[in-house]
Amino acid sequence: MTKNALWLKIDGAHVTRCLEDASARLETCEGEAVLDFSGVNRIDTNEVHALEEFAAKAAAASVKPVLHGVQANVYRVLMLMNLAPRFSM
Amino acid sequence: MPENAANLSAERIAYLEGLVSRARTAAAVFTQYTQEDVDRIVKAMVLAGLEQAQSLARLAIEETRLGVLEDKAIKNMVATEFVYNYVKDKRTVGAINEYPDRGITEVAEPIGVIFSLTPITNPTSTVLFKCIMAIKTRNAVIFSAHPMAWRCCQEAMRVMYERAVEHGAPEGVFTCIEAPTLEDNHYLMRHKDVSLIDATGGRSVVRAAYSSGKPALGVGPGNTPVYMEKSADLDMAVVDIITSKTFDNGTICASEQTVVIDDEIYDTVLKKFAELGAHVCNEAETKLLGRTVIDPATGRMQPMAIGQKASDIARFVGLQVPPNTKLLIAPIAGVGPAHPLSVEKLFPVLAVCRASSTDEALKLCMEVNRAGGLGHTAVVFSRNDEVVRKFGEVINAGRIIVNSPGSIGALGGVYNDMVPTFSFGCGTGGGNSTMDNVNVYHYLNIKRVARRTQAHMWFRVPNQIYFNMNAVENVRHFPSRATLIVTNPALEQMGHVDIVRRNMPVETMVRVLAIPDAEPEVKVVMQGVEALNVHKADQIIALGGGSVIDAAKIMKLKYESPDADLEELAAPFLDIRKRVVQYPTEKVNRVRLVAISTTSGTGSEVTPFAVLTDKEQGRKVTLADYSLSPDVAIVDPQFVMSMPKGLTVDTGIDCLTHALEAGVSIHASPYTDSNAMQAIRLVFRYLPIAVENPRDEEARSMMHNAACIAALAFSNASVGVNHALAHAFGARFGVAHGRANALMLPHVMAYNAAVPTKFMPSPNQRAYVAHKKYALIADLLGLGGKTVDEKVRNLITATERLLDQLCVPRSIAELGISKEDFERAVPDLAKIAFDDPSWRSNPRMPLMSELVELLWQAYRGRGAAAEGVYDEECVVAQN
Repeated sequence: MTKNALWLKIDGAHVTRCLEDASARLETCEGEAVLDFSGVNRIDTNEVHALEEFAAKAAAASVKPVLHGVQANVYRVLMLMNLAPRFSM
Repeated sequence: MPENAANLSAERIAYLEGLVSRARTAAAVFTQYTQEDVDRIVKAMVLAGLEQAQSLARLAIEETRLGVLEDKAIKNMVATEFVYNYVKDKRTVGAINEYPDRGITEVAEPIGVIFSLTPITNPTSTVLFKCIMAIKTRNAVIFSAHPMAWRCCQEAMRVMYERAVEHGAPEGVFTCIEAPTLEDNHYLMRHKDVSLIDATGGRSVVRAAYSSGKPALGVGPGNTPVYMEKSADLDMAVVDIITSKTFDNGTICASEQTVVIDDEIYDTVLKKFAELGAHVCNEAETKLLGRTVIDPATGRMQPMAIGQKASDIARFVGLQVPPNTKLLIAPIAGVGPAHPLSVEKLFPVLAVCRASSTDEALKLCMEVNRAGGLGHTAVVFSRNDEVVRKFGEVINAGRIIVNSPGSIGALGGVYNDMVPTFSFGCGTGGGNSTMDNVNVYHYLNIKRVARRTQAHMWFRVPNQIYFNMNAVENVRHFPSRATLIVTNPALEQMGHVDIVRRNMPVETMVRVLAIPDAEPEVKVVMQGVEALNVHKADQIIALGGGSVIDAAKIMKLKYESPDADLEELAAPFLDIRKRVVQYPTEKVNRVRLVAISTTSGTGSEVTPFAVLTDKEQGRKVTLADYSLSPDVAIVDPQFVMSMPKGLTVDTGIDCLTHALEAGVSIHASPYTDSNAMQAIRLVFRYLPIAVENPRDEEARSMMHNAACIAALAFSNASVGVNHALAHAFGARFGVAHGRANALMLPHVMAYNAAVPTKFMPSPNQRAYVAHKKYALIADLLGLGGKTVDEKVRNLITATERLLDQLCVPRSIAELGISKEDFERAVPDLAKIAFDDPSWRSNPRMPLMSELVELLWQAYRGRGAAAEGVYDEECVVAQN
């Protein structure tokens, strides 16, 4: 099976579903998994947990998780949850 | 196992960690919410709380067996409706306050996870209150209720939580520990993810919160004294006290504990209490009550009495009272262990005490206050404002309730306009971090965004300046009944005084005071003041150099304001607008000061400074204030035509130094620059001519103007390091001020032109520009150069050439001062220079080591430009 880097635009209205989709595609991914967060204005507690799970799965799959275009208020949540260091920005 | 986990099972720790994790996530997510989001959620929660007010009250009564159902329902409504009424329009997200005139914006920052302990006495109302505060401020709360009230608290929290989440609050924003224990509290109080402890409860809870090492709002017990003063509206007072003390069976810690009653009204008051359903105990009953409801071992109330009805307490104690008795009143004779009922009693037992005077009443209230109630609440009933004022001054209480019930009054928003709360800060008296009614602002970190402000600047000069040859004729325009001319003997002999007198109105009575030509002494100044008083002068004409004019300035000050303390007025200051000591504005006499300068250097005729020598104390005193500036300056070159060559050189260099330092000062402005630049141009052009050809009228006139113009600049922009060094060196080695300035000048210019080791903090300086200002001066003088560096070098070279042309010593060594003598003096000179206020406006903040280096450069002398000492690398290497 061909492996490629993952680039996924996250839909701000369906963050959890997009993250689950991204998690599922980690198996066919190599190098890095880039999640484009530029369309995400706010995240809720479930989405925080989904991000934690994604980071854990990426680490298990030896894929570098990357967040792209994270807005400052969302980044602040990641910082407060100690999630920011688990992603490259 | 973490240090704070002793005595907890692994399961319990996992449970508590789960609560913290949920709260932490909720708090993080909550940071993204807007003001509109939280206001929407708060409103929905408040409505839920109001809907459930009665059922929550019932649960509280069932679980705690304390208080009154109806009152608890009212408390729940106050905790929701009244608190909402206070918070609804408050901004608690983002920018919450703007102060445009100060350039300050206050921005709300949530705290994060709050660990909140709630009491048994007000369980559900406190939970409702804290939930509203937390949502309004975007914080998450973990509740730990009193172990005997946790079920009703959990239900109150559930009501709030479900409605909050339904309206968009983050999941996990509130949690409540099931069956909480002291070990749970210990663990969470020290948890790294808990940011604040909000402890409302008894002494032990509050003490535990404060000793946890976490920021804490700990608010604890009280002991509310009440002073019922003879002017009080007694009917109102008695009803208010019964209302308050029986409200929820006295469980509110702000309720009345001991009422001190003026002797004149004592019997009447007790009769009124009895008429309205209180039982006044006799001596035996009081003793029995005291032994029973107060623990003799601890001196504190018995828990079994808390929140019980008066009739039940009476029955338990063995008192015969009617079944509808509202309140037990126990007359006591004092405060302290001998009077057990003088402590806090969270049940409807009220101590009363007789006072023979207001002073005695206040003392008794203070003693009650001190007996466990410091910082909490106090009540006064009086129609005498003076009594209320005095009570407010002497009683240490965060809430001093006037002519209203203590408990409901302290809650705020009902009987007064205090902030509604269910948590009373008791200040340091109660061992608390706040004395406020705890409110939303205690649940916020408030950040201040402070925009750069520009300090107001000024350009203050005498009202009138007359210049050019024969400008002295203008003295005739100043009507005066009696004038004192202050001068020195030499000028009098030279006929200068006669010139002035000839130009004065004939009707003016003139007296002349010739003083020594030296920095004025206090006794000389006082001679002048005496002459002014004897003469009843309305005008002083100061004719002379800096010393004479300075003397006249101080004479004017002491004549107009005899009580002015010169030593105090000489107190140091950093910013003239913020100085501690202010010059007098009330004046006994009024006198006009006309300054006619006879040298071309100090510019004292327009400056706000005066130097005084105090020979008795062996020191100089520098006075600085714009009120010292002469009212009129006359810059008439006829008085300097005969100035000796040496004096011409010294004063001319002083003038140049004033202008160069004002030009690069951190207080320089376009107003001072125009004067500084023009003065520099005039000095470079006319000083050599005035020295070479003293009778050259144009050169003398222009140098006289230059001195005055430079003084206008430095009066408003001040001077710099050059003057600080010259003052120190000149005083130590007896070198004339101008000459001392000359020795330092090229080196200081090079020093100021280099990149500073330390920048001088100043809101007025938007960039480091000293080197560019020097370059501008070089351009003005037509010195050439393509780059800023070249221009600076050319200016320093030109300055050195000018000094050479004037034949002034160019090194300290040339003065015959040995290297050894100088070496010994240098450390002191650097220290003295550093203490000199002159450099406070210098563009570079001098380090002591840099002052030392500048002194040594001046010792070696010459070649500042050629040696390129203003080269950045060179200066950095020196440091």
